Amino acid sequence: MTYVLAATIPDAITFVIAAAVCVLGALGVVLARNPVHSALMLVMTLFGVAVLFVEEDAQFLAAVQVIVYAGAIVVLFLFVIMLLGVDQKEAIQRDPLPAQRPVAICVGILGLVEVLLLARGRWPSGARSVSGAIGSPGDNVGLIGRSIFTTYLLAFEVTSALLVVAVVGAVVLARRPRRVLGENGAPTGALVEPDDEIDGPEVAGLDDADAGTVDTGAAGSEPGDSERGGGGPGGGGPVDDLADSEVTGP
Amino acid sequence: MSVSASWYLTLAAVLFTIGAIGLLVRRNVLVMFMCVELMLNAANLTFVTFARRLNDIAGQTAVFFVLVVAAAEVVVGLGIIVSIYRRRPGATADDVHGMKG
Repeated sequence: MTYVLAATIPDAITFVIAAAVCVLGALGVVLARNPVHSALMLVMTLFGVAVLFVEEDAQFLAAVQVIVYAGAIVVLFLFVIMLLGVDQKEAIQRDPLPAQRPVAICVGILGLVEVLLLARGRWPSGARSVSGAIGSPGDNVGLIGRSIFTTYLLAFEVTSALLVVAVVGAVVLARRPRRVLGENGAPTGALVEPDDEIDGPEVAGLDDADAGTVDTGAAGSEPGDSERGGGGPGGGGPVDDLADSEVTGP
Repeated sequence: MSVSASWYLTLAAVLFTIGAIGLLVRRNVLVMFMCVELMLNAANLTFVTFARRLNDIAGQTAVFFVLVVAAAEVVVGLGIIVSIYRRRPGATADDVHGMKG
């Protein structure tokens, strides 16, 4: 039997192995308890997809897939996981929608079956675009580059704007608004940022570890509550101590 | 002769389904984010498959743009996740209900 999956033997073997790696990695992402294991399984899936890209004459995209996805994005995921020290087991004691999981699995499998049934007809439809054929002379990188910088030049420019916006957004999100000092080093009450009152109970919630994660922020910010209201002014205490220590520091 | 496009598209559909189910089932925000990446990869595989099937380089160009958008999305999304975890440690996706969504 020369043809398996309507292909030659090496191509079929490559496809089957890469597809198995992809599917196993995807299942591992979903089923792994530890988020670190999920990230490593995601790397496995990305490598499988890169192999399939090579198999489909998209060598540049395979390289970019490995470099950008496995080299940058997954490393970013791992950095965040290690930085946050994410709790290893999911807190599902309080499940607002208990029937969500079986319904989600059923809907997902139904969607898959529907797509596969609908796809028994002819797959491609519509008109060809004008950006060039894969088999035209030149290598893969040259073809993609010519397509990007001629036909899709506007999209490429918009991409740069998108990246700038993403960088600015990341900086704004990751910035710590903890500057309560004046110019001369004295703590001025006017410069306390409005989200400082959100930061205060967070410090209190970190201090009593067994207070639970639910609603400590909301309860701590209420001044009327006597027991938890200690978190409001008490939570303001460490921040003020921090500010004083910063005054005496420099 | 390489494997026919139907097998690639089937594999992409399976990958997308696994990612979608994981997004709906898991509660950890980071794992949900990884499931979004799985779905993006399934879409990329479909793009490349149709690029080969239709002999058109535009599919691969679309994958290039999807990669860029995915990188930007990951940066912003992880920034949001870090800021959420900074406010309340150990939060799952159901705990973040400040906007009553």
